[in-house]
Amino acid sequence: MSTAITSTPTGRPASSRSGGLKGLPGLRSTALRHLLLMALAYIGIVLLLQALDPFRASQLASVAYFIPAVAGLTVLTGLNGQISLGHGALMAVGAYTTAVLLERVEGLPFVVVVLAAVLVTSLVGLIVGAAAARLHGPYLAGATLALAVGVPGLAIYFEELLGGEQGLRVQPPQSPEWFEQLTGATSRTFLAYVGWALALVVLFLLSNLLNSRVGRQWRAVRDDEVAAQLAGIDLGRSRVVAFVVSAACAGVAGALYATVIRLAAPGSFTLVLSLSLLTAIVIGGLGSLLGAVIGSVLLVFLGPFLTDRGTGLGLSDIQSANVAPLVYGLVLVVLMLVAPRGLVGTVRLKLLQRQMSRQRATQRTGDQNAQAAGDQQQTPS
Amino acid sequence: MTRLLNLLLNGVTLGAVYAAFALCLVLIFRATRIINFAQGAQAMFTTYLAYQLVSNGQPYVVALVVALVSGFLLGAFVERVIVRPVESGPEINAVIVTLGLFVAIEALAAILFGNQFQSFPAPFGVDGLRVGGVDLALTGNDRYRIVAVLVAAGLLLALFRFTNLGLRLRAAAFGQEVARLLGVRVGRMLTLGWALAGLFGSLAGLLIAGGSLFSPSYMQGVVVFGFTAAVLGGLDSFGGAVVGGLVLGLTQSLVAGYVASSLVTMAALAILILVLLLRPGGLFSSSVARRV
Repeated sequence: MSTAITSTPTGRPASSRSGGLKGLPGLRSTALRHLLLMALAYIGIVLLLQALDPFRASQLASVAYFIPAVAGLTVLTGLNGQISLGHGALMAVGAYTTAVLLERVEGLPFVVVVLAAVLVTSLVGLIVGAAAARLHGPYLAGATLALAVGVPGLAIYFEELLGGEQGLRVQPPQSPEWFEQLTGATSRTFLAYVGWALALVVLFLLSNLLNSRVGRQWRAVRDDEVAAQLAGIDLGRSRVVAFVVSAACAGVAGALYATVIRLAAPGSFTLVLSLSLLTAIVIGGLGSLLGAVIGSVLLVFLGPFLTDRGTGLGLSDIQSANVAPLVYGLVLVVLMLVAPRGLVGTVRLKLLQRQMSRQRATQRTGDQNAQAAGDQQQTPS
Repeated sequence: MTRLLNLLLNGVTLGAVYAAFALCLVLIFRATRIINFAQGAQAMFTTYLAYQLVSNGQPYVVALVVALVSGFLLGAFVERVIVRPVESGPEINAVIVTLGLFVAIEALAAILFGNQFQSFPAPFGVDGLRVGGVDLALTGNDRYRIVAVLVAAGLLLALFRFTNLGLRLRAAAFGQEVARLLGVRVGRMLTLGWALAGLFGSLAGLLIAGGSLFSPSYMQGVVVFGFTAAVLGGLDSFGGAVVGGLVLGLTQSLVAGYVASSLVTMAALAILILVLLLRPGGLFSSSVARRV
C-alpha cells in the first residue's frame, strides 16, 4: 500500500526501488497490485481468525469496524486538508440506519443494509461537506465539533424511531450454513470475517482512488489552493467529493459497529469517539492508509491494555476507563509537538533521508558513477 | 406570556455566560489566530477545584478567587509550554493540539474527581423575583451571573482601552513584527492573553456550574455555544462576542422551552452553518473579507 509514492507524468512510480511486487510482469497496474495485496491480507486474516480464540476474534472484528472510519478520516484530513471531528457522528448515522433497517425490514441481505447505511451517511456527508467546503482549519473543526456534540441529541429527540437514551438493539446477521461448514466458525466470529472483507474492500477502493486523478486533485487542493485553481480544479467540488467519500467510509464503519456491538445508542457516539478516530490518524500518520490500519489496531488493543493498567494501579472501574482517553489526549499533544508526521510518515521520512544521503555518498565516490547517480536523483518529494 | 418572558430572562442569563466564554475565545483568536478548544476543559477543571473548596466548607469567595487564579495560571502554562511550539506551524496542528488537551484534561478530571454529575451549590438565592404580581424566573443567582459577567467584561475592556499594558496587548495581537520593533515583549503578551482568557473561562465555567449540575463533560456543549457565539460576532470583536452570546443564550432557552432540549446543540450548529455561509466574517467583524 505504498500510496504516497508520487508518480511521474507517465504514471509509473518514480521510486527507483523496483523490487517487490512491482518487479513482477503484469503487476504494473496499480489496481491489480492492490487487489493482490488485499487478497493476500484477507487470506492472512482468515488464517489468523482460525487460530484465535473467540475473544481475540471479536477484538479483530472491532479493528475491522474502526478501519473504514479511520481510513476515511485520514484521506479527508491528510490528503484533502479538511479536519473533521464529526466522524463519530457520521458513524452514528450509519449505525442507526443499520439498526433501523435490521429491525423494521425482515430478511434484508446484509450487503443491502450496508449499502443503505453508506447511502444515508453519504447524503448526510454531502450536506455537511457542502457547508464544510467553504471552511478551513479552526472553523471547520468548530462546525464538525458541533455535529459531534449535537447528533446524539437527535437520537434522543426521535425516540419513537431511534429508541431514545436506551438506543436500539441490533440483531446481527446470521451466518449461512455453508460458511459454518467451511470454516467451522460460530456466528459470532462470522462478523469478523464479514467485517474484514468490508474493511479491505474499503481500503482497496480508497487506495485506487488516491492513485487516480481524484486523489492527485485532492493533494493539489491541500497543498496550494491557488495553483490547484489555476490547473483547472474546482476547489469546492473537490472538497465536497472528499467529504462524501470520507462520510461513506464512516457509514460502512457505523454499520459494522452496530452489528458487532449489537447496539446503536447515543452513549456510544460521544465526542471521545470522534477524537479517538483523530488520535488514530495522527498516530498512524496523516494521509497514510497503512497508518490508518496501524492506528485502528492501536485503538482496539491499546484501550483495554491501558484500562487494565489503570485497574492494576488500584483505580476504580470508572477511573480506569478514563485512562485510555487521557493517554490518547496526551499522545495527540506530544505527537504534534515531536513528530507531526505520525508513525508511518516519520519512518518514511527517515528512509528517504537515508536514501538521499546514500545517493550523495555514491556521487562523491567517483565521477564515473555520477551519471547513474544523477538518474536516481529524482527522489519522491 | 409569563412563560415567554421567563424563557427570555433565562436566555439572557445563559447568554451572559456564553458571552463570557465567547470573549475568552476571541481574546485568544485575536492574538494567536488559534481557537482554543481546550478552553472549556480548562474551565471545567478549575470549577472542580472550586467545588472541592466549597464542599470542604470554604466560603464561595475563596473558591472563586482560587478558580480564577488557577485558570489564569493554567492558561499561561498552556500557551507557554504546549501551544507556543505549534503557533507558527500549520493551523491544523494547533487545532489538534488543543483538542488533545481537551480530551486529556476531561479524562484527568474524571480520574481525579469521578465521572458522575455533582451539584454545585448556588452562591446566591434561587428564589425568583416578584414584580407587579408576576413571578419572574430571575433568581438571585441569575442576577449574580449577569452582574459578574458585566463587571468582568467592563474590567477587561478598561484594561484594553485605558492602560499601557492593554495597548501593548493590542499591539502584539495587531502586528507581531511591528510590536516587536517598538519594544513590546510579544511572547509575554501572548502568554498574558492566554492567561486572561483562562481566567475569563474559569469565571464562565463557575457561573454555569453554580446552582446546577456539572460533570467532567459539562462544558462540551458550552464550547459549541461559545464558539458559535464568537463566530457570530466575527471572532475578533469583543462587542460581537457579547451580542453573539446573547443570541445563542436566547436561542437555547427558546428551543429548549418550545421544542426540545435535546435539539439545542443542533440549533447552534444550524446557526453556525448559516452565519458561515451567509456572512463568513460574522455580524460585527471589523475586517471586510476573511477566509473562514
